[in-house]
Amino acid sequence: MKINFFRALVFLIAIFILSVFLFSLNKVKIYDTQNLVGQSIGSFELKSVNGKEIINEKILKKNQYTLINFWASWCAPCRAEHKYLMKIKKNSKNLKILGINFKDKEKDAKKFIEEFGNPYYFLAKDYEGRSSINFGIYGIPESILIDKNLKIIKKFIGPINHEDFNNILKLTK
Amino acid sequence: MINKIILLFYILLNVHNLCFAEDKELEKEIYKNLRCLVCQGQSISDSNSDFAQTLKLVVQDKIREGKSKQEIYDFLTMKYGEWIVYKPKFNRYNFLLWFLPYLVLILGGVIIFILLKKRKNQGVN
Repeated sequence: MKINFFRALVFLIAIFILSVFLFSLNKVKIYDTQNLVGQSIGSFELKSVNGKEIINEKILKKNQYTLINFWASWCAPCRAEHKYLMKIKKNSKNLKILGINFKDKEKDAKKFIEEFGNPYYFLAKDYEGRSSINFGIYGIPESILIDKNLKIIKKFIGPINHEDFNNILKLTK
Repeated sequence: MINKIILLFYILLNVHNLCFAEDKELEKEIYKNLRCLVCQGQSISDSNSDFAQTLKLVVQDKIREGKSKQEIYDFLTMKYGEWIVYKPKFNRYNFLLWFLPYLVLILGGVIIFILLKKRKNQGVN
């Protein structure tokens, strides 16, 4: 039987296109920055909210674990996760939280802390958001769990919930 | 006297614009190749989102620090993955994307050539 070359080619191309659609459409690809897990956060320098201290990577190296939490007083999901941050502070012995107040006003940030409590061991400010890029942040709230070698153990994109809270306690035991 | 001051101001303004014109062009070029991660199919050049504004500030800082275009792309790729750049680097995962248009072009040319040749032969016969 003589096979028509062009028909075979058209058939193969159709199969190829269908396979591409089949594989691509079945693949759920929600963007996140989980690729940073395992990498080092590198060097950084931030001013504390009161402007008196400098917070950098050398300070974090002294902690067993640090949870870097980006938050703002205007961010509603940050309010939702705040109670879990308070719980983490209470229940975790090896972990200190660095809060980075993102694109906020000092007055509003202080009011927020007074109202909901202060879970932060260090409180830094990033009012222009420049430092957030250095941490691979693209929205808040976002939290990064690092060890004393500054290696990223886990990234929490979105507000920390009960499951994340348990996970953090387990990871920092 | 006032005229001289205005003239001096005008000259200084033009010198300043000339000095930074190159940086502005580079900024625009980089903005167009950076994806706004929180937008729907927009580059940071087209977007006014908070994320795009912050990224623009960082690009300006890096240019001022004397970083090259490639160094800026490398830095952002390290932080956000290859997804942040519209023109990804050539690698084993995307080689088909780069070569497929050329392959299709060559294949199309071959098909047209064979068809024309076949038609010519049929005409002769």
